[in-house]
Amino acid sequence: MEIQRVLKESQIMKIHYITGIAAIFVVAIHIMMRLVVPFESSLNYDYIIANYKNIFYVLILESILVLISVHGFNGIRVILLELRQNTAWEKVITVITISSMIALIAYGTRTIILANGL
Amino acid sequence: MSNNDNKIEDKIKLKVYRENRGQNSKSYYDSFEVPYKRWTTVLDALLYVKGYIDPSLAIRYSCRMASCGSCGMKINGIPRLACYTKISELETSTIECEPLGNFPIIRDLVTDFSLFYKHHKNIQPYIQSTESVETAAEEKTYSYNQSPQDVDKYLQFSYCIKCGLCYSACPTVGTDLRFPGPQALAQLYRYFADTRDESKNRLNIVDDRHGIWRCHFAGSCSKVCPKGVDPALGIQLLRSYMLGVSKNNKKQAEKIEVNLD
Repeated sequence: MEIQRVLKESQIMKIHYITGIAAIFVVAIHIMMRLVVPFESSLNYDYIIANYKNIFYVLILESILVLISVHGFNGIRVILLELRQNTAWEKVITVITISSMIALIAYGTRTIILANGL
Repeated sequence: MSNNDNKIEDKIKLKVYRENRGQNSKSYYDSFEVPYKRWTTVLDALLYVKGYIDPSLAIRYSCRMASCGSCGMKINGIPRLACYTKISELETSTIECEPLGNFPIIRDLVTDFSLFYKHHKNIQPYIQSTESVETAAEEKTYSYNQSPQDVDKYLQFSYCIKCGLCYSACPTVGTDLRFPGPQALAQLYRYFADTRDESKNRLNIVDDRHGIWRCHFAGSCSKVCPKGVDPALGIQLLRSYMLGVSKNNKKQAEKIEVNLD
């Protein structure tokens, strides 16, 4: 799989910066939602399950998952690319990071869906 | 000339890195006692060593006036031009001279610039235009004319002497030799911002995995440049253009009809 052939590096980095900035906002909303109740109550089982039933909260969680995964795994790809400079290494790194990203998003989405009871 | 200039010369300890790649010998440091005056540069001191103490010392130099960019080396750990660095300004009793980092060593303080020049050549460092100077002159269009504002867009980047100090200071080049380096990227901006240049492919050259996006913006390239060029600025301007954050307001200079009668 050659992401480079699909997207230019400038396009990948544009996605990287946009997801990074967007993640700041959704994580801020996520934290603020925890702060509207006492901290210990926010970790209460019933409260968490109730949150998962809230479609707005679910959308926030899903967007955090996607944004952080895309931004984070691309960041790891960029760091690893600098370690070695050969085509085989670059291909392996690209495949591993993209498949890990997809796996994490899929597993996280599954958890959200199960908790939501859809 | 003041009395201070005529006083007995002070001496400085010069610690010089020695290595001969051709003989596969181990590297070591040689120490030399060198007399100096207020105006003595590190290059003067090294040439004193070569002339009077050890003729086998290898140094590359030419103009002795910070124009050719040949005598780049690490002086007390910082990439500098030896001809542009006065011993008196360093304010240390020992001066350590080492070859530039990020360059393969040929011998002693002489390094191999092949890869550096290859990166420079890759960015096509020349104006690409469909209209030749001759055509412009014949048709009296003078599209090669530039306003002072047009020149200001790239002027500082055209002062680059290709000394390699920025390349040596760049932490990204230290880990990624396919990264073009600050010099090549700043030169790319120099031609990109030039209103006479019509190349459409220039940015694609550095828009790859090891291209412009690998710059960490450490800024050390701009700090060590002896000519006051700011390669980090050039890189950021290019990146902002490629991201679509800034619009390139480059446009062809207006064609001026000149009436010679």
